Amino acid sequence: MTRKQWFLLLGLGVVAPFVLYPVFVMKMLCFALFACAFNLLLGYTGLLSFGHAAFFGGAAYVAGYAVKSWGVPPEIGILIGLGVGAILGAAVGALAIRRQGIYFAMVTLALAQIVYFVAVKAPFTGGEDGLQGIPRGRLFGIVDLNDTMNMYYFVLAIFLLAFWSIARIIDSPFGQVLKAIRENEARALSLGYDVDRFKLLAFVLSAALAGLAGATKALVFQFASLTDVHWTTSGEVVLMTLLGGVGTLFGPMVGAFTVVALHSELSALGSWVTVIIGATFIVCVLVFRRGIVGELQALAQRHFWGRREANEAELAQIEQGSKSKP
Amino acid sequence: MDPFIKSVLSQAMLGLNNGAFYALLSLGLAVIFGLLNIVNFAHGAFYMLGAFLALIGLTQFGGWIGMPELSIGFWWALLLSPLLVGLFGIVIERTMLKRLAGLDHLYGLLLTFGVALVLQGFFGNFYNMAGTPYPGIPPSLRGVVDLGFMYFPKYRLFALLFSLAVCFVTWYAIERTKLGALLRASTENPKLVEAFGVNVPLLVTLTYGFGCALAGLAGVMAAPIYSVSPLMGSEIIIVVFAVVVIGGMGSILGAIVTGLGLGLIEGVVKVLYPPAASLVVFVIMAIVLMVRPSGLFGRE
Amino acid sequence: MKKHLTKQLYAIVAGVLLSSAAQAQISGDVVKIGILNGMTGPYASISGKGSVVAAQMAVEDFGGKVLDKPIQIVSADHQNKPDVGATIARQWIERDGVDMIADMDTSSVGIAVQKLAAEKGVITMNTGSGTTALTNKECTPLGIHYAYDTYALAAGLAEPIIREGGKKWFFITADYVFGHSLEQDATKVVKARGGEVLGSVRHPFPSTDFSSYLLQAQNSGADVIALANAGQDTTNAIRQAAEFGIGRDGKQQIVGLLVFSADVKALGLAVAQGLKFVDSWYWDMNDETRAFAKRFMQRHGAAPTSDQAAVYSVVLQYLKAVEAAGTDEGKAVRAQLGKMKFNDMYHKNAWVREDGRVMHDMYLMQAKSPKESTGEWDLVKILEVIPAEKAFIPLSESECPLVKK
Repeated sequence: MTRKQWFLLLGLGVVAPFVLYPVFVMKMLCFALFACAFNLLLGYTGLLSFGHAAFFGGAAYVAGYAVKSWGVPPEIGILIGLGVGAILGAAVGALAIRRQGIYFAMVTLALAQIVYFVAVKAPFTGGEDGLQGIPRGRLFGIVDLNDTMNMYYFVLAIFLLAFWSIARIIDSPFGQVLKAIRENEARALSLGYDVDRFKLLAFVLSAALAGLAGATKALVFQFASLTDVHWTTSGEVVLMTLLGGVGTLFGPMVGAFTVVALHSELSALGSWVTVIIGATFIVCVLVFRRGIVGELQALAQRHFWGRREANEAELAQIEQGSKSKP
Repeated sequence: MDPFIKSVLSQAMLGLNNGAFYALLSLGLAVIFGLLNIVNFAHGAFYMLGAFLALIGLTQFGGWIGMPELSIGFWWALLLSPLLVGLFGIVIERTMLKRLAGLDHLYGLLLTFGVALVLQGFFGNFYNMAGTPYPGIPPSLRGVVDLGFMYFPKYRLFALLFSLAVCFVTWYAIERTKLGALLRASTENPKLVEAFGVNVPLLVTLTYGFGCALAGLAGVMAAPIYSVSPLMGSEIIIVVFAVVVIGGMGSILGAIVTGLGLGLIEGVVKVLYPPAASLVVFVIMAIVLMVRPSGLFGRE
Repeated sequence: MKKHLTKQLYAIVAGVLLSSAAQAQISGDVVKIGILNGMTGPYASISGKGSVVAAQMAVEDFGGKVLDKPIQIVSADHQNKPDVGATIARQWIERDGVDMIADMDTSSVGIAVQKLAAEKGVITMNTGSGTTALTNKECTPLGIHYAYDTYALAAGLAEPIIREGGKKWFFITADYVFGHSLEQDATKVVKARGGEVLGSVRHPFPSTDFSSYLLQAQNSGADVIALANAGQDTTNAIRQAAEFGIGRDGKQQIVGLLVFSADVKALGLAVAQGLKFVDSWYWDMNDETRAFAKRFMQRHGAAPTSDQAAVYSVVLQYLKAVEAAGTDEGKAVRAQLGKMKFNDMYHKNAWVREDGRVMHDMYLMQAKSPKESTGEWDLVKILEVIPAEKAFIPLSESECPLVKK
């Protein structure tokens, strides 16, 4: 990521709440972080998890409970969310990486359902009523987060920090190994990499960041609810990533912004929103597999750099995905 | 009779009733997965579609075409809705799924997820999310049967037995007939079967249609029991996924036995420890995956 | 922030202007009333779009303007989910300048919105939620609980049933705050009247298949199977009880703790006949209610439920209070409401207590038999009037911290 891109992102982030309803922008940022975390797994490791809501929502509940009932400060609450995401991720991941492709997706889905039903029944989540009235508290004991603008810049800081970490992970040697696994697991294995360990680590990282997003969302809305752990939320994050562009750095963010905006702008249409989201899914899968950012990049490359072939080859590799695996 | 045994028996009976639906749905999923290698996320939506077609036929269709007295009853729905759902499935396969040939199978899962959302959202606009009762149980199936430990509605007994019969016939057709042999051969080696002059793409399309029709059939039978709601499919599909994974993806017998078995277990757990009832299926799944990753009836 | 700033600026300018001339203070130059309810869920026929119709009728009957400023009704579907409801309410208050929120037909939503609105200085007038928590543990200075509550339902109904010999109770309870509250309040009443509670089972909200819960209730050996749920959950359970032959031996009876006339309609009198329940209003009580029902039916195509009638009353009384207070500022309007007596077709001489509970008579009703019914909407007869003081929890027993003792 270039310095220019960073400044652009920062600038947009600072200005946004003066143009748009701040809570709405915060929601966008939370889901953008969620989608970026998810992309780390799907886009860069080639693993489709259909259970990421468990980490997002699970962390939201625990962080919310810690802040509300134990009175921990918000920054600790957020870190607890990160930790809960990581722990849940380690548990689910350890089981799930035993299988590949579709099986992997199904296993994550089912394990996430366990988290969901625990959330329905466990006394501390409030079940159907949700965990209500989570106080935002004071950041480091000083900054009052009940002020919308303070809260906003806190969320923006979390987002930028996490996004920066993800960018670093992807560019690191570790990230390169993940990409190697995505492209050809057998080859990575034969090169002597402990593939399972890398996969598990990627899973845990992704889950932890998803947890961070969930905990932040719980603070913004002062609420953790069953919607956060429901499998439809897992589906939503897949859509965001797919729509924006799997395996691109900015794609999931663009996808999340688009989907959140769709929900908000079209909320008067009621159930038609679900139809539109579903249709978007279908179109993405059928003709638009690179997503918005991916298509734009391809377009730019085709016109300015003439690197079309290389890019096509990369796409083909992503699409083949687990097919090439044993 | 001891009240505890009485309640275990009666909950087991209800569990078996639910299990029959799990079996019917996972059977369709298994058939589709076996040949197409697609996890059909739209399966729940097709189940819902079947139920809605029955409801619409009974209460609304006549009015739409200007003949308010016309009402398509349960028996006709049992025949027509699966056919329509199957046809719809065929259209989806031909227009969409076909284009995913050669791509990662995960795209099939994502595509069918999109289809499920479209269907669910569509019906959500016109019908109450909490369900609309289906008032058309045929007179011959009304009333109760005294089982000794409980009164069991005749209709539910019918649904249970009929589902079992459909499951058995399907199993027989696939495992014991020539057509089934062809189907299984196409699963193993489509290129070879094609070389024998069999139109494999057509076989694939028809199989997908058949699997969807099974879901539609389950939907019609479920309508009088569970009410008809846009969410009925998405509520059951996840459990059915678990059933398929436990039974072994693509295993016909596994789907049937596991479906019934899990329904039964769910029912009994409701008596022993109610909060765990909805959880037990997924816990079993996790255990099975650890001990036998290919599923109880799956081949490695 | 921008909006916030400009709003503050306006407020300052307005303040300067108004300090000289005593004029009405209406935020945003419009009085906005939000009707928040579940338009596609299990309670849609009880509240839903009908509540919006009722609110609009109230605005028209009031004259369309208050203090020379226009009145606007906004509405949204909270999908019976508290997080969705709270998000909508937050947006209404922070972004759209909504001054009062009404209906909220799901208790979990009701609590969430009442809490949030009070923090932001906005009045909530809840007609749809049942839980007594709204005026006890969760009470707020700006929250008003207008129509019924779970205590009123339980107390009003348990007494006659126990009197007739229904001593042993078993609950089938919707697993969220409303169901819990209803079960809890009913349990207290049952025990206080010498009855016994054998057990309870909780079902997810909403549910369509009640068979396993009904069988558990049946096998418990209870005289009374009490449904601590509402709307379609109740009608589904009653219908399925009939399917499984529960109660056919005459030893057990099914009781719906919260039944609305719309539920009786949905069940049909053949199934519902004889069902007793407590409610705050019925359309066929007097000429005034009948006149309202007639107008309402012309617009909505169904007879008004007590909740929809209460929404009409809420909007009317709120506007009267705004007019009398000369402002739509939350605290001032709440204070004004506290001084008023509410008189309209929904209730007479009703008043609101400091814990937010509105005091009015409740009625013990019974579904008619098909023979007794003379028309499509002739569904219910009134057996007893329960006076306000007996219907609701006395203020002395309130757990609301705002009540001075």
